[in-house]
Amino acid sequence: MRQFASFVRKEFCHILRDKRTLLILLVMPVIQIILFGFAISTDIRNIKIAILDSSQDNVTSYLIRQFEANKYFSVEKLVTSQREIDELFRQNKIDMVVVFENNFSRNIVHDGKASVQLIADGSNPNTATMAVNYASSIFMDYQLKIAQNMNGAASVSQFAAESTTSDIGGTTSVAAVTSSGTVTIIPTVKMLYNPQMKAAYNFVPGVMGLILMLICTMMTSIAIVREKEHGTMEVLLVSPVKPLSIIISKTIPYLVISFINLITIILLAVFVLGVPVSGSMSWLLAISTLFIFVSLSMGMLISTLVKTQAAAMLTSGLVMMMPGMLLSGLMFPVENMPWILQFVSIFVPARWYISAVKTIMIEGSGIAFAAKEVYILLAMAAVFITASLKRFKNRLE
Amino acid sequence: MVSVSVENIKKSYNKTRALRGVSFEVSQGELFGIIGADGAGKSTIFRILTTLILPDSGRAAVEGYDVVSEYVKIREIVGYMPGRFSLYQDLSVEENLKFFATLFNTSVNENYDMIKDIYSYLKPFKSRKAGALSGGMKQKLALCCALIHRPKVLFLDEPTTGVDPVSRKDFWAMLKRLKEEGIAILVSTPYMDEAALCDRIALIDGGMFLRTDTPENIVKNFRREIISVSSSDMHSLLKDLRTIDQAQNCYSFGETHHVIFSEGVNYCDLSQIADYLSQRGHNDIEIKRIEPTIEDCYMLLEGGRHLNKYDK
Repeated sequence: MRQFASFVRKEFCHILRDKRTLLILLVMPVIQIILFGFAISTDIRNIKIAILDSSQDNVTSYLIRQFEANKYFSVEKLVTSQREIDELFRQNKIDMVVVFENNFSRNIVHDGKASVQLIADGSNPNTATMAVNYASSIFMDYQLKIAQNMNGAASVSQFAAESTTSDIGGTTSVAAVTSSGTVTIIPTVKMLYNPQMKAAYNFVPGVMGLILMLICTMMTSIAIVREKEHGTMEVLLVSPVKPLSIIISKTIPYLVISFINLITIILLAVFVLGVPVSGSMSWLLAISTLFIFVSLSMGMLISTLVKTQAAAMLTSGLVMMMPGMLLSGLMFPVENMPWILQFVSIFVPARWYISAVKTIMIEGSGIAFAAKEVYILLAMAAVFITASLKRFKNRLE
Repeated sequence: MVSVSVENIKKSYNKTRALRGVSFEVSQGELFGIIGADGAGKSTIFRILTTLILPDSGRAAVEGYDVVSEYVKIREIVGYMPGRFSLYQDLSVEENLKFFATLFNTSVNENYDMIKDIYSYLKPFKSRKAGALSGGMKQKLALCCALIHRPKVLFLDEPTTGVDPVSRKDFWAMLKRLKEEGIAILVSTPYMDEAALCDRIALIDGGMFLRTDTPENIVKNFRREIISVSSSDMHSLLKDLRTIDQAQNCYSFGETHHVIFSEGVNYCDLSQIADYLSQRGHNDIEIKRIEPTIEDCYMLLEGGRHLNKYDK
C-alpha cells in the first residue's frame, strides 16, 4: 500500500511539474465549452438590419417595433433611399434590409396583400437564411394576430392604426405579408427539449465525452508508454512491485483530473450556457464514471499494444477521438449515417455515453431510459479490462 | 558460493541470433565483467538475468532462483542499472532515491550506510532535478537507486558509457568497495581498459563467449608475437602492414597500429619489417615489441571480424 501511495504521489509529481500539459488539461474543457458555446454557435444573434420604410404608416411602425423588440435583430439604421442600402452592405454594417413598399397599410386594408422585400447578405448563407426565417416569422405572427382579431370580431386598431379601421370589415381573412409578395406559409418546426434549437444542448454531452476520452485514453496511454520509452519501465519491472499496480497507479491522477474536468464542464454548462441538468445529477455522475472507466481501460489496452508515445497518441486519436467526434452523433446524427457507419458507431463508446448524457441531463428522463447505454458501456469496460489484463506482460516482451 | 549461474543460454530476436549458447558462473563477492563491442549480446544477458526477457533455451539462476519460474523472487534481491539512464528526470535526486527505496519496501535511512560513500557526492545537489545532473552524477544516482535495497546481486549494464574518465575511475573504486560487502557484481563495458579492474572477465562477440578467465590469465594465454608500429602516414601504413605474410591481425590502437603475428612466429626481425616499410615509402618508422593488453586479446579472439566488416 505504501508502495502504491508513493507511486501515485510520483505520478502527481510528473503531472504537476509539467505545467504546460497540466494547463492544457485543465483549461481545455473551459475553452472548448466557450468556443462551442459562443464562437462556433449555430445560434444566430444580433443580426444587424436596416429598414427602408417608404410607407411610414401605423402598420409599418408597428412592425418596426417588433423588429426592435426581437432579440435576434438589432435595428442599426432607418434608411430613406436605395443608395444608402448599397452603401451599408458594402461597408458590411448590416446583414439584412427590410423594405416596406409604398402604401403598405393601405394595400393590406384594400387588397389584403402587401409586399415587403427582405434583402440579405448572401455571402454568409447561414446567417442569411436564419435572418430571413426570423423576419418571416415576425410577419407571420402579425398576420396571425390579424386573423385572430377578425374571427373575434375585434378591431384591428390595436395593430393597424385607427385611420384604416373603417373598411376592414370581415373581408380579409388572411393578410399575407411576405417577402416578394407571394403567399407562403412558413412551416413551424416544433423542437422538443430544445425549442430554440440551442446548439449548447447538443454539444455539452459531446464535449464531456471528448474531454474524458482525451484525458483518460490518450493521456493515460501516453503516460504508461512514456515509462517504456524512457527505459524506466525496465527498472520498475525489476522490483517487487506488481506490474499491474504500476499501471493502475498511473491511471489514478488522470481519474482525478477527469473528475475535475467533468465538474468544470457541468458548472460551465449550467451557469454560463444555461443548459440545465434536468435529470438526476447522481446518475449523470455515475454514468460519467462508468465512461471514465471505459476510457481508462481503453488507454491501458493501447499502452500494452504500442511502444512509443507518438504511437500511443496516434492510436488513441484514431481509435477513440476521431470516431468519438465523427461517429458518436456529436457532429452528425447517427440515424442519418449510411448503415456501415451506423454499424461502426455501435463500437464507439462515446456514442453511448453522449446518448446517455442527453437522456439524463438534457431530457431529464429517468435512468431506465438510458439502461441500454449503461449496459453497453458496462460490457465495453469488461471487454477492455479483460483484454488489457490479457495483453499485459510481466516482462519487457 | 555461486550467486549467478548460466548454462547454455540462447536467445534470438526474430532472425538475429543475439546469444548463441552462453555459460558462466559468478560467485558472491565477485566482480565479473562482460567485455565486448556494441551489439555483442551484453544487454541481452543482463535482461535475461534480471527476468526482463525469457531465454529461448538453456537455464539461468540468480541466488538459486530460476529466471523463468521464480522471477518474482529474483526481482526482490537484485539491483539493476540499465544501459540507458532510467531514472525520472523531472524528479529531484532525493525524490528519485526515496521513490526507489519505497519501491523495494525500505527507506533511505534504513540502508543509508550502503550508499553513504556514493551519496556524499550527490548530497550538494539533492534538490536538483535528475535530468539536470552531469553524466557522472547521473550514473552515481542510478547506482544509489540500484543499491538502496541492499541487493544480493548487482547488474550494471554499461555503467560507464558516456561518462568522463574521472567519474569512471570513481565509479570503479565504488564497485570495489561494494564487492567487499559480499555482493556479486556483473558489469558490462565496451572499454577494454576497465576489464583489468574486474576479478574475472568474459570476452563476448557475436553472442558467444570467446573466453572466460581472470584478466591476468587471458593476457598470459595470449602467447603470440605482437608489435606496435607507427610512421608518418598512418593510413597507408595499416594497408601495408596487412601485406606482411605472417601478420594475422592489424588494427589501429590509439596512436599506433598493432600487429599480431600468426602462431609459430616466435621472434620476428623488427629491422626487416622496418626495411620493408621504408621500401614502401614510409618515413619516421617506429617499431616496438609490446606486452599484449586485454584489447589485443579481444582482437585476436574475435579474429578481426569487426575490422573486416569496417574495411570492406
